[in-house]
Amino acid sequence: MKEETILRVFIRRFNREKFLHLLVLPTIIYFFIFHYIPIYGIVIAFQDYSPGSGFLGSPWVGLEHFRDFFNSIYFPRLLRNTFLISFYSLIFGFPMPIIFALMLNEVRNRTFKKVVQSVSYFPNFVSIVIVVGLMNIFLSPVNGLVNLLLQKLGHQPIYFLQETRWFRFLYVSSGVWQSFGWGSILYLAALSGVSPELYESAIVDGANRFQQAIYISIPSLMPTIILLLILNIGNLLNVGFEKIILMYTPRTYEVADVISSYVYRRGLLEGEFSFGAAVGLFNNMVNFILLLIANYIARRVTEYSLW
Amino acid sequence: MIYRKSVGERIFDVFNVIILAILGASTLYPFLYTLSASLSNAEAVARQQVLLWPIKPTLESYKLVFSNSEILLAYYNTIWYTVVGTFVNVLMTTAAAYPLSRKGYSLRSIIMVYITITMFFGGGLIPTYILVNRLGLYNTRWAMIIPTAVSAWNLMMARVFFQATIPEELTDAAKIDGANEVIIFFRIVLPLSMPILAVLALYYGVAHWNDFFNPLIYISNPNLQPMSIYLRKVLIVAQVYGGEMGGEMLETLGNMALAEKVKFATAIVALLPIMMSYPFLQRYFVKGVMIGALKE
Repeated sequence: MKEETILRVFIRRFNREKFLHLLVLPTIIYFFIFHYIPIYGIVIAFQDYSPGSGFLGSPWVGLEHFRDFFNSIYFPRLLRNTFLISFYSLIFGFPMPIIFALMLNEVRNRTFKKVVQSVSYFPNFVSIVIVVGLMNIFLSPVNGLVNLLLQKLGHQPIYFLQETRWFRFLYVSSGVWQSFGWGSILYLAALSGVSPELYESAIVDGANRFQQAIYISIPSLMPTIILLLILNIGNLLNVGFEKIILMYTPRTYEVADVISSYVYRRGLLEGEFSFGAAVGLFNNMVNFILLLIANYIARRVTEYSLW
Repeated sequence: MIYRKSVGERIFDVFNVIILAILGASTLYPFLYTLSASLSNAEAVARQQVLLWPIKPTLESYKLVFSNSEILLAYYNTIWYTVVGTFVNVLMTTAAAYPLSRKGYSLRSIIMVYITITMFFGGGLIPTYILVNRLGLYNTRWAMIIPTAVSAWNLMMARVFFQATIPEELTDAAKIDGANEVIIFFRIVLPLSMPILAVLALYYGVAHWNDFFNPLIYISNPNLQPMSIYLRKVLIVAQVYGGEMGGEMLETLGNMALAEKVKFATAIVALLPIMMSYPFLQRYFVKGVMIGALKE
C-alpha cells in the first residue's frame, strides 16, 4: 500500500508541475543531445572511428592515438605554442582592464569618462574576422599604413603576418586591444560600489590619491581579480582555433599552430576523427586540471575561490 | 570638505586623461579609417592619402557592394541566421530559466546541476561535429541555429534576473486564479522582463551576427554561407594569397584601387548594424554583465 501512495504523491506532484516541466523540457533535450551525447562521443578517441559507424561501432585501439600524439614531432611545438600564446595573453591581457578601470576611476569629468568607456567596449562586439581583416589591411606590405610609416622612417616594409617573430605579438596585442575595455566593466562596477566614506576618511588621514588607490581601490577589486584569475588559469591551454586559423599561414605554423588548430586541421580537414578527438580530450583534461590547481591555490593563499 | 590637489596629483591627472584619450582613440581609429577609406575617392585610397577623413567622398564602392549578388546573398544569410537564431535562443532560454527561478519547483536543483556540468565538460570539436553530421544538419540552415540553441551562461543570467524581479507571490496568485504556468510565463513573466529580453537578444544576436565557427565547420554550400565566411575570403584570404583565391570579384572589377575600396565598404556593411545600434544598446550590454555577475 505504501508504495502506491508514494507513486500517487509522485504523480500528483508531477501533474501539479507539468507546465513547468513543459517549459524546461526543450532545453533539457537540447543539453542532452548537443552536450551529453558529444561527451559520450569522446569514446571514439579510443577507437578507429570510421564515418558511418556509430560512436560504438568501430574497433577499439586503446591509447594508440594518445601515444601517436605524444610521440609526434608536433607535440612539443603545439604544447609550447599553445602555452606561450595563452601565457602572454594572460600576462598582458589580464592586468590591462584592471589598470584601465583604476585610471578611469580617477577621472573626475563624467562625460569624458563615459565617452572613453563606451568607445573602449566597442571592439568586443566586432567579429574576429573583421579584426583580423583590419590587421591585414593596416599591416599590408604593399599599402598598409604601418608599412607606409616604416618606409617614411627609412625602413624596409615588413610582411608582418608572414613572419614568425611577429605572430605572437600581433595575436596577443590585437586580443588585448579587443577586450581590455569590455573586461574592465566588472572592475568598474566593483570600484563604484566602494563607499565614498572610505576615501573621505583616508583623505582626513592624509592619504594622497596614489595611496588611496593602493589601500582602498585595489583591495576592493581583489575578489573580482582572484575569481577572474582562477578562470583564466583554468583556460591556460585553451586557445580557440578561430583567430589562429584566420591569422596563420603555413609560413608561421612554427609559432602559430596550437592544439585546437591542429585538431581542426587533422581531425576535421583531414578526417582523422579519432586522432582529433584524442588530442581534444587531452587538451580538455589539462585545462580541467589547471582549473582545479588554480582554485586550490587560490583557496589556500587567499580567502576567495570558485568553490 | 576642501581638498587641495598637490602638484603631483595635477600632473598625474593630466597624464591620466591624455593616456585614456589615446587608448580611446586607438580603439576607434581603425574603424574610422575603414569608413573614411570606403567613402573616399579611389585614387586617394590608392595613393594612401586617406588618414582620417574621407577625401572627395563618393558612394561608388557601396553601389558595387550592393549590386554584388554574392555579398547580398551572404548578407541575407547572416540576417536570417541572426533573426531566427536569436528568436529560438531567447524563447528557449527564458522558458527554461523561469521554472528554474521558482523556489517551489521540485526538479530545480537537479536540472541546475545537469546544466552546470556542461559549462565545465564538453565533448569537444570532433564528437560534436560527428553528431551534427549524423543528425543530418550538415549544410542546412539549422546547423546555424540548433547546435547553439541555448547558452548555459545566458540561461543562468536569465534565471538570476527572474529570481530578483518576478516575486513568487505574483506567480502564485496567478496560479490560484486558475492560470497555468505556460500562460503565466507568456502573459505575466515575459511582459515584465523586457530588460532581460533585450540583454539576451543582444548577446545572442551579436553572437549570431559575428559567428564564424559554426559556418566554418558546418556549412560548405556557398549559397548558405554568411558574411563572416565571405569577409574572410575578401579581407584575409585574398590579401594573404594575393587574390589567387576568392579574388574573382576583385579581378572582374579590373581596377585594383576600386577593389581595395570595395573591401573597406564590405567590412563597413558587415559592421553597420552593430555600429548603428551600439550607442542605443550599449547600456543593455553592460546591464547583462552586471546581472551575470550577481550571485545568489
